[in-house]
Amino acid sequence: MSNSTNTASADVETFRGSSLELKNLSMAYGDIEVLRNVSFTIAPGTTTCIIGPSGSGKSTLLRGINRLHEPKSGDVILDGDSALGLKPDILRRRIGMVFQHFNLFPDHIALENVALSLRNVKGMSRAESKERAMRRLVEVGLAERSEHRPRDLSGGQQQRVAIARALAMEPEVMLFDEATSALDPELVKGVLTLMAGLGGRGMTMAVVTHEMGFARKVADQVIFMDEGEVVEAGSPEDLFDRPKSDRLQRFLSEVL
Amino acid sequence: MDWFDTITHTFFDFKAMADVMPQLLAIGLLNTLIISLASTVIGVVLGMIVAVMGISPSKWLRIPARIYTDLFRGLPAILTILLIGQGFARLSQSVFGPSPYPLGIIALSLIASAYIGEIFRAGIMSVDNGQIEACRALGMSYTKAMALVVIPQGIRRVLPALVNQFISIVKDSSLVYFLGLMVGERELFRVGQDAAVLSGNLSPLVMAGVFYLIITVPLTHLVNYFDNRFRTGRRRAAPPISGLNEVKELSAASPLTNGSNT
Repeated sequence: MSNSTNTASADVETFRGSSLELKNLSMAYGDIEVLRNVSFTIAPGTTTCIIGPSGSGKSTLLRGINRLHEPKSGDVILDGDSALGLKPDILRRRIGMVFQHFNLFPDHIALENVALSLRNVKGMSRAESKERAMRRLVEVGLAERSEHRPRDLSGGQQQRVAIARALAMEPEVMLFDEATSALDPELVKGVLTLMAGLGGRGMTMAVVTHEMGFARKVADQVIFMDEGEVVEAGSPEDLFDRPKSDRLQRFLSEVL
Repeated sequence: MDWFDTITHTFFDFKAMADVMPQLLAIGLLNTLIISLASTVIGVVLGMIVAVMGISPSKWLRIPARIYTDLFRGLPAILTILLIGQGFARLSQSVFGPSPYPLGIIALSLIASAYIGEIFRAGIMSVDNGQIEACRALGMSYTKAMALVVIPQGIRRVLPALVNQFISIVKDSSLVYFLGLMVGERELFRVGQDAAVLSGNLSPLVMAGVFYLIITVPLTHLVNYFDNRFRTGRRRAAPPISGLNEVKELSAASPLTNGSNT
């Protein structure tokens, strides 16, 4: 690929990430409780990595934050606003989400994947939405792939389109649900670098991940969850170098 | 060779075939196409309504859709056509006039909509749940997500099945003759049958059959041919690139300039 898309002149864009606070969040699938009294705060512009074994409720937690799955009790406070007090569609416009399997729209080209919600949610004109979408694709290094359909893109490229799609809505918080778990190993780094870059530019991020290196290097806060509860929370150094609980020690010995 | 002559005379009486040709073309083919296309268009519209009702979260929409589908799919076509064609004849007379032609189209449409509704429903339900999740996460309403993303994908997947349904409607359109059509309203089968009475052999019906095949066989093959393209959309060829090149692709990108999220 050429680097003709490089634009070095202007200032780097920064984000205005909001604070996010979870208050005793509990969630259930029918009668089965999968999340119990989860509370933590993410300061504006910081990155929180959520780690834990499969089935610990990490993905459910993210879906509770933007109410893709309705919480059973508790609340989420986004920049001072109660998430349960907002209409879900309004809440979700303020929170971007990136999925493990990208969930791009397969019958649209990359550009349209990003532009679609700009037109239909933000009410932009066709031209404006395309221009805005193109800028986001440039940002994630896909200027030259903007006319490709998802099936003609690699997993890494698809995930970057998905990140561009979420960013285009100008969210205050970004949620990443195992964003690199479905990628080939050599493509993981690129997506993680992109994510770290967003954090560095002031985005508030909640990142569910199995990439311990990323969590250690990038996170301002790490949350370890197991069986639907926060078992340990703190700085990366605290959790990775001085794990207190038996469960976290066991988990780390399995994944590191 | 007596039996051979008999067969030839019965099925391949070229004189009788030639005689019926103008009527088959001008009346039969025209009416068959009008009845089939009209039924298909109405069937698609009703079918989409039934499908959307059928996947609705509300049982007050789901249950009527289910009953409707079971009813019109479960009954023999000929029975439905007779019940509607004769049962509503008086009502139809005040709206459309004496011809049973519109009622025939309505009956065929109702039958078709039950099948098409199931085709649409299966197509929409086969769309990955992640699609609606992605839409909702972007702040789209359920209705917009369905209309803009999920339903179009579902339709694309079932286009081949819809063409098959059209073929089936073309064949079923022959049943409308039961309602007693006027001379100018006859479709292929009825034209062939009437001519067969005059010619004293079955050759005009064979000719009508040929017309049906001319409509249906190319469609069948068209479906097979385009099956893959219908499913996934036009494909833009891209040379494969090594995953290693992607790393460069990213470093070439600048963290955004002149953005507005500040």
